[in-house]
Amino acid sequence: MESNQKNERFYSPPKPYSNPYLAGIGLGLVLLLTFIIMGRGLGASGAFSSTLAAIVNSIDTEFAHNNAFYKSYLEDNTNPLKDWLVFEVLGVLFGGFISGILAGRVKYSIERGPNFTDKKRLLFAFLGGSLMGIGAKLARGCTSGQALSGGALLNFGSWAFMLSVFAGAYMLAYFLRRQWR
Amino acid sequence: MMAPFYKFDLFSEEFSFIIAFIIGIGFGFFLERAGFGSAKKLTSQFYFTDMAVFKVMFTAIVTAMIGVYYLSLIGFLDYNLIYRNDTFLVPQIVGGLILGFGFIIGGYCPGTSLVAASTGKLDAIFFLLGVIAGTFGLSLIFSAIEPFYYSTAMGKLNLSDVLHIPYGIVIFFVVLMALGGFIAAEWVEKRLASKNVEVKDEKN
Repeated sequence: MESNQKNERFYSPPKPYSNPYLAGIGLGLVLLLTFIIMGRGLGASGAFSSTLAAIVNSIDTEFAHNNAFYKSYLEDNTNPLKDWLVFEVLGVLFGGFISGILAGRVKYSIERGPNFTDKKRLLFAFLGGSLMGIGAKLARGCTSGQALSGGALLNFGSWAFMLSVFAGAYMLAYFLRRQWR
Repeated sequence: MMAPFYKFDLFSEEFSFIIAFIIGIGFGFFLERAGFGSAKKLTSQFYFTDMAVFKVMFTAIVTAMIGVYYLSLIGFLDYNLIYRNDTFLVPQIVGGLILGFGFIIGGYCPGTSLVAASTGKLDAIFFLLGVIAGTFGLSLIFSAIEPFYYSTAMGKLNLSDVLHIPYGIVIFFVVLMALGGFIAAEWVEKRLASKNVEVKDEKN
């Protein structure tokens, strides 16, 4: 009994997530503030491309400078990591961690449905991530930069993109139900 | 007009990086609060069991959209100085579909995978590595797909330009659509919740 109480004190169960509408307003205000202060929106995938450009450039500068993809990241001769989104993404890592700690939700785990193996889940995570990298480049942004930021500015391409993301995910959801349900 | 501050040279590029970090903290914080550090929660959207993705996303879009509109109307914020991507319609639709596939296979999007990784999800780290790998793969064939990448270029275009409806009216319709969506989302969740209870009862 006593040890149970102790356990409860040290391993308090994770707090429930916020009300989605309140979290949405919070997210919307962060986005609005970004528009007001910076004159640009939020993002994520761009930071990955910059990081990759920096890595490739440090391994083989000649290859990077001759490649159509990396050229644009290296044009102004500054380090591609000196980029607004790279710093923003570092903040995202930190902010997510703070919120998780405060709510008791930081815990090592692999997220999957009960009938799916860890190995398969990690493979699928990697594959899904790879598709994301390709899709985000074609679309000029991901859910953060296009759907959220471009969506709030009523950007035409962003709305076409957003509907396609939902359509794509719903199209494939049935076939992947075992991974999640 | 006073804003966007950065476009009026109120601070240096170096200082903008500090702002980026602070804004990122806010972004990550609310993503995690919403439960978007969990792939199961995120993908529930596509099985109609938890519509938080739609609710959070559209509340955020509506909040920022209305804010931008009214701050522009009172002459505080210049909408035209906010950076917007050009529209490349077909590559963006194809990219969106691929991203949607990646979402349901991988369980995250790039932003949410960061929050998941920082709260201890190993699958999110594999996802992050996947994003880098996928981008690298694309970079190797980029010159071959460049014609497609730059196809259907339409320049800077918003829904108001496309539909020939005033910006404020588009906002009104987006808000209506979002509210309709929220009501539908609540209804679907309640219906599925009662269904799940029935299934459990039958088992008992």
